[in-house]
Amino acid sequence: MIAKRIIPCLDVKDGRVVKGVSFEHLRDAGDPVEVAAIYDRDGADELCFLDITASHEGRSTIIDIVTRTAEKIFMPLTVGGGIRTSDDIRALLKAGADKVSINTAAVKNPELIREAAGRFGTQCIVVAIDAKRQSQPDSAHGEANQRSWQVFTHGGRKPSGHDVIEWAQTVKEYGAGEILLTSMDRDGTGEGYDLELTAAVSEAVTIPVIASGGAGSLNHLADGLKKGKADAVLVASIFHYGQHTVQEAKAYLHANHILVRLNEEYNHAD
Amino acid sequence: MSQATIAIIDYEMGNLRSVQKAFEAIGCSATITRSTQVIDDASHVVLPGVGAFGNCMQNLERFGLASSVRKTIKVGKPFLGICLGLQLLFTKSEEFGVHYGLDILPGHVVKFRSTETTMKIPHMGWNQIRFTNPMPIFQGIPDGTYFYFVHSFYVKPDDQTIIGTVTDYGASFASGIWKDNLFACQFHPEKSQRWGIQILKNFSLLT
Repeated sequence: MIAKRIIPCLDVKDGRVVKGVSFEHLRDAGDPVEVAAIYDRDGADELCFLDITASHEGRSTIIDIVTRTAEKIFMPLTVGGGIRTSDDIRALLKAGADKVSINTAAVKNPELIREAAGRFGTQCIVVAIDAKRQSQPDSAHGEANQRSWQVFTHGGRKPSGHDVIEWAQTVKEYGAGEILLTSMDRDGTGEGYDLELTAAVSEAVTIPVIASGGAGSLNHLADGLKKGKADAVLVASIFHYGQHTVQEAKAYLHANHILVRLNEEYNHAD
Repeated sequence: MSQATIAIIDYEMGNLRSVQKAFEAIGCSATITRSTQVIDDASHVVLPGVGAFGNCMQNLERFGLASSVRKTIKVGKPFLGICLGLQLLFTKSEEFGVHYGLDILPGHVVKFRSTETTMKIPHMGWNQIRFTNPMPIFQGIPDGTYFYFVHSFYVKPDDQTIIGTVTDYGASFASGIWKDNLFACQFHPEKSQRWGIQILKNFSLLT
């Protein structure tokens, strides 16, 4: 059967790797192409670049990084951040990205998903959903009603008014091939994925779901895949700051009876 | 270094650059082309492909490349179909209506049916292959190796003997095809790290 995927995610700003803590404080951690090569050797199953460059002129920087990465690394690469049009998508795919992740643009114009899926195939359109748990102090509602999340855009700053579960089903209908689900409540906290959110979305759609936001230890990865029922986990800080390697993460998951691709299966020659 | 000159057929479908870079990484000269002359002159021909079956077939015909593919296979030149480039070799697909393929191999392209809620479609990620008929392009690669897949449809060949590898996803499906000089894989060798590159290397060494 298919293995669960471990996807290191690099936040890239102006051509450099950074890791946002709740998208506020940034810390430099190197050249994206070099970091990507390290993760490739370490047996990552895919890679994700999230471009958080603010300026529009900065777009060419990420294209250059994708181009240089694709020359060295033979594993799936997803690129997200700042994508507005299907021509933006074409430019990234042409540079060597395998999938693109769209977020704000999909909320603004869901037709973009349909257009891009029709043009490039559903398999390369990932819709990123930034979810925030809605506090409902109104206790007149039952327990079940308290489990709700709202879709946020613009890096988590703007509420969209969409319910996360409904939006996930909608983007699937529009042609999304995968959902990258980030808990804005957990992102940068190291407290673990929002398992309730992840399981709710994963059960609501038939396309793969990547859990993101909050992983601080290896058991969080196991929880995201088991309890959260995610098909893949997006990981940043745990790997970036050398807390664990991808191989250690996989060994841990394997020991916890989660199907992953192990060392001897991807170990590079030489 | 290999003497192979690889023609990668460009019909505006998918990430051709990755395929080219992967061949270059093993020392092959690889050209992305839609020139029938370049394809004729190449020692090895690759048909990649990502996207919708109907569009792909339409583009192949529009650029006059369908006959090039048929010719390549007919003259016995090593040919490798990847992902949709495998599916296009068959008779027809049920993807978004019925579309006819190259019909070089008799068989149908059908969609995965979700047999349980946990089975996601597309089939996206790393899955294992099992050998049913040892293909030369898998030389040196262990049975059970993981490769990277991303697809919602798979082939059901009429002739079971052309199936070289199978993969389990809900049910067992044909993930590798082999008939004479024709090789095809449903997974993406160019995205499958070490063992994927090994397949491309093995292919480039075929004569």
